[in-house]
Amino acid sequence: MTDVTDVTDVIAPPTPGLDEALPEVILPPGAGGHLPDDAHAHGHEDHGPTGILKWLTSTDHKVIGLSYMITSIVLFYFAGIMALFLRIQLTTPHSSFLTFGQYNELFTMHGSLMLYLFAGPFAFGGLANYIVPLQIGAPDMAFPRLNALSYWLYLTGSITMLMGFFVAGGAASFGWVAYAPLSSATSSPGLGGDVWIMGIALTGFSAIFTGVNLVGTIFYLRAPGMTMFRMPIFTWNMLVTAILILIAFPVLTSAMVMLFADRHFGTHIFTVTGCHTVTGATQFLVHGQLTQIGCGSPLLWQNLFWFFGHPEVYILALPFFGIVTEILPVFSRKPVFGYKGMVFATMAIAALSTGVWAHHMFTTGAVLLPFFSFLSLLIAVPTGIKFFNWIGTMWHGQLAFTTPMLFCLGFLLAFLMGGVTGIMLASPPIDFATHDTYFVVAHFHQVLEGTAVFAGFAGVYYWYPKMFGRMLDEKLGKWHFWLLFVGFWLTFMPQYVVGLKGMPRRVASYPSNLGWQVYNELSTIGAFIIALSFAIMLWNFWKSWRKPVPSGNNPWDAHTLEWFTTSPPPHHNYTHLPPIRSERPTWDYNHPDALAVPHGIAAEAAAKVRMKEPVA
Amino acid sequence: MRVEAILLLFLGVFFGVVGLVYWFWSYEDAGTAMLVGTCLLGFLPGSYYFFWHRRMGYRVEDRNDASIEEGAGEINSFPGSSIWPFVLGMGAFLTVNSLVFGIWLILPGITLIVTALVGVTAESRRGGHV
Repeated sequence: MTDVTDVTDVIAPPTPGLDEALPEVILPPGAGGHLPDDAHAHGHEDHGPTGILKWLTSTDHKVIGLSYMITSIVLFYFAGIMALFLRIQLTTPHSSFLTFGQYNELFTMHGSLMLYLFAGPFAFGGLANYIVPLQIGAPDMAFPRLNALSYWLYLTGSITMLMGFFVAGGAASFGWVAYAPLSSATSSPGLGGDVWIMGIALTGFSAIFTGVNLVGTIFYLRAPGMTMFRMPIFTWNMLVTAILILIAFPVLTSAMVMLFADRHFGTHIFTVTGCHTVTGATQFLVHGQLTQIGCGSPLLWQNLFWFFGHPEVYILALPFFGIVTEILPVFSRKPVFGYKGMVFATMAIAALSTGVWAHHMFTTGAVLLPFFSFLSLLIAVPTGIKFFNWIGTMWHGQLAFTTPMLFCLGFLLAFLMGGVTGIMLASPPIDFATHDTYFVVAHFHQVLEGTAVFAGFAGVYYWYPKMFGRMLDEKLGKWHFWLLFVGFWLTFMPQYVVGLKGMPRRVASYPSNLGWQVYNELSTIGAFIIALSFAIMLWNFWKSWRKPVPSGNNPWDAHTLEWFTTSPPPHHNYTHLPPIRSERPTWDYNHPDALAVPHGIAAEAAAKVRMKEPVA
Repeated sequence: MRVEAILLLFLGVFFGVVGLVYWFWSYEDAGTAMLVGTCLLGFLPGSYYFFWHRRMGYRVEDRNDASIEEGAGEINSFPGSSIWPFVLGMGAFLTVNSLVFGIWLILPGITLIVTALVGVTAESRRGGHV
């Protein structure tokens, strides 16, 4: 039977006795909160099948979100192990640990898994799926069955891509960017490249469906009073990310179809083979560039790919900025500083990021350097606003250095370093000198590991109590953080140096007389420390599974709506909602005495009123 | 839906301007085509939402002073669970891989897709789920 959510039961309690409400909601961890099964009791009527059939058939955004997160974290571990193989190979010059072919396959699949199958789906398929409907007071995503289809396309796409390791000729080995003509049937024959293309086509559709779903949910299913400018920043960032997905992923998916057609159906979209010399009337000049009609263009691949690829970088960054913006205020015991500034900075980053794709193509010599350099440098401004606001949020706050907070601070440092080197690389002269060296490798690993790993796992530690009603161990969490922090800097700082010394990326072997070995050794040690830190995270999950510590509904005394409901939330999320009068309704509800001190937008409005009031 | 409409219309205007500047500065066609596409992506849904905002006015979720009770009533119909997305996903998986591993895979693939489409439609009409 179709469940119909009736909001007659989604109403606020009639001005509840706050004394009753308080002790229930702000239970400290372990102080008598309830176990997940109890918490579930009233939300667990007949809601479809249980067991394995539940995971196959559920259209509940929470189940799908968890499926997404579990799958993407498993793929993250796969890709991490591949990175360790790569690092072992590079520790010594002329290493024969891997063959060159295996090395090419592994770095391609490491990049593809991390970028296409972990960082993005983890954020917009996993966390956003789970958290966004809760944060805006919605019972589910707007299109629950489309949501389930997204997950199945993502899972089958991932399996398709991984099948590359089991087909003749091995997995794809042309890099995660699949530059033409290297990715053509002549240069990279074999089924590995084909399943790679098909895997990305499937996950591309999955991402587009999730983007549509997120936009629909945020536009149509907000609770009464949850205006756009009261949405939590995480939800704002997910909205902007979803729009970016709708801009970028169709380009990628269609480029993949074209690449496949080039490989198998005899088209010449990205290849110049079979192209005849054109002369006379069919040859013409546009602003000094020779254009031939009837010829494929390898450069077109780069244009299409990076028109996806650069927004993709922000599809991988904005959700994690959102996570950090949720966590910093909670553990600073302050409202977020500069709410509207954060929203507009997010939009500005997204808008600019779509106009900078060719800064990855500076060295092709066929792009408009000043245009792309200027827009790339301009992104530093809204990003700087975000940093300013994050620091402003912590300024004079009562900082609590819990595990999620530590991960956020780790993110700030990592992303700062990655961002500053990004500004350097936006300048064509520097890019010409460092393009395709380990300097660039270190830059984007610091950006992406700063966002997807530091901020991503900050989100895991922060929302885990909401998802499972139990706490993760703080001590193990801190071990995880500190090992990751040390390993991260030890891995990537030497890569900047060795990059400036000229070591190119994507090489399996290097000469021993250039002094590169010591940096690679340091980097490998760092990589293994990171691996150790993630082993500790598994231990932490295991511990919380075996010996659950109940979390209560709101262990962090957090601000946003998702902490108002039970942990884990019942089917259709809410039995009742608090009044929504600011961007942190749960906090207002739990601290009615503090309402006298307005914050955020409420503070701005109050300040305006106060200025008009006559002085008593 | 005013903020939503403005957000998307702004997207359209921004990429329209960037597209124009880019074209007259570079005369590069691939990038310009994509920027124009992005511009339309902003205008199409943006003008739709703007039209509906003009007709509907402010909804409860757009009003600062709305109380939770004002949203009382049926929100939407949410299917509780359904096997068909899974079947459709498996059909897409086989169909796409038929291009790589052998075109015969397209038979079970299309069969699953058609079954799932029929199933999901019937489920919506009947109002039931697995």
